Amino acid sequence: MKTAIVIAALAVALLLQSTIAGMSFAAGSRVNLVLVAVIYVGLAYGAVTGMFAGCAAGLVQDAVAGGIVGIGGLSKTVVGFFVGVLGAQFIVSTPVPRFLMFFGASLVHELCFQALYALVESRGIRLQLSGAVIQALVNGAVGIAAFLLVERGPEMAQRGNLRRSSSVRRRY
Amino acid sequence: MISVQVPSKSGVPVFQAVTFGAFARVQGGTSGVLRGVGSVWENYVWLRGVRAENEELKRQVTDLSVRFQEQRALAQRATRLQELLSLQTSTSLPTLAAEVIAGNPNPGMLTVTIGKGSADGVQADMAVVAPAGVVGRVIGPTAAHAARVQLLIDRNAAAGAYTERTHAGGMVVGVDHDPALTMDLVSNMADVKPGDLVMASGVDGIYPKGFTIGRVESSERGSGLYRAISVRPSVNFSSLDEVLVVLVPARSAVPEDSAPTPAATVGTVK
Repeated sequence: MKTAIVIAALAVALLLQSTIAGMSFAAGSRVNLVLVAVIYVGLAYGAVTGMFAGCAAGLVQDAVAGGIVGIGGLSKTVVGFFVGVLGAQFIVSTPVPRFLMFFGASLVHELCFQALYALVESRGIRLQLSGAVIQALVNGAVGIAAFLLVERGPEMAQRGNLRRSSSVRRRY
Repeated sequence: MISVQVPSKSGVPVFQAVTFGAFARVQGGTSGVLRGVGSVWENYVWLRGVRAENEELKRQVTDLSVRFQEQRALAQRATRLQELLSLQTSTSLPTLAAEVIAGNPNPGMLTVTIGKGSADGVQADMAVVAPAGVVGRVIGPTAAHAARVQLLIDRNAAAGAYTERTHAGGMVVGVDHDPALTMDLVSNMADVKPGDLVMASGVDGIYPKGFTIGRVESSERGSGLYRAISVRPSVNFSSLDEVLVVLVPARSAVPEDSAPTPAATVGTVK
């Protein structure tokens, strides 16, 4: 069940990311939903699951994107693993630590990704700091929203149903 | 991770080819659904102000009809003059219309996926254009019904170019900042001014000569041999829906002495 949820989350993230990027380049470059999904999996299910999720998602993202296959895979494997390790060491059940985790992991991912590209292509690192920070902030916001949706979504839906049924009963 | 690099006969990693082909199908389906929803919204829901717009368009059509007559007369006259001077008329390029079905899932890489692939005759290094100008080129691997297009504004993209006014030659490359293109290798001695139209020179063997790339936004004397020129692309890359693939295989920019020049070069294919 857990595996199916993780695979579904990654597939949906990949599809959404390519759809958003197809609709608007600016929007596509300001968020990395696949990375958000990997960090989420790392925080929710632990280091090993995060590592495997990062590896699989990164490889598929590389294959679809057309760059060097393996660079995104390696970056996301590292990020997924360390997010899982840190998530187990610290209390990350409130929005602020979670946001910091998403923010930091996004910056580390960008650094790893650009450094690996620079290493493979034998050139200097082309890290655009402002772009990376904006993407990390947006990733953090999306990650918090994802946690809220998963944790409080069913509860809120249930409350809504109860409210609706009580208003129907009152009418009769 | 190493095993995914295993190449197929064409040299493309099997994993990459299979994943791209499979994912392109899903992207195509998603794009179709989104277009359907968008179409319903635009054609049935969002119809406010259509009457006024219709009146305005009718007036424009009348105006354009008159201009069309004038231009046709001028074109006929130009054709007659060409015949008189025995000039060879340029052959129109064979193109294929394709829908943009997805963007790049990897932020930072400026590529899009189009809904036409090797089954439709699309090959790597074919130029992709839009009515406004050059969009980019097809990069491998191409799936049967999908292909990736590297946009000209990608930082790894480049094209041979010249300015229309003074024919100053150079190379247009993508950059990370706004405006998204710079024109390199233009001598400090060259006369290039803001507003000059930049066109594809065709020397790269990919982009057909004469297609618009953009307009010079700023041109300053550089510290070395070359001018610092920034170019604003003529194509609006943030709203690419449909593009045209130029179905002419790329030719080598530097022809080999031993090999015969390919017959299918720009301007000769019918």
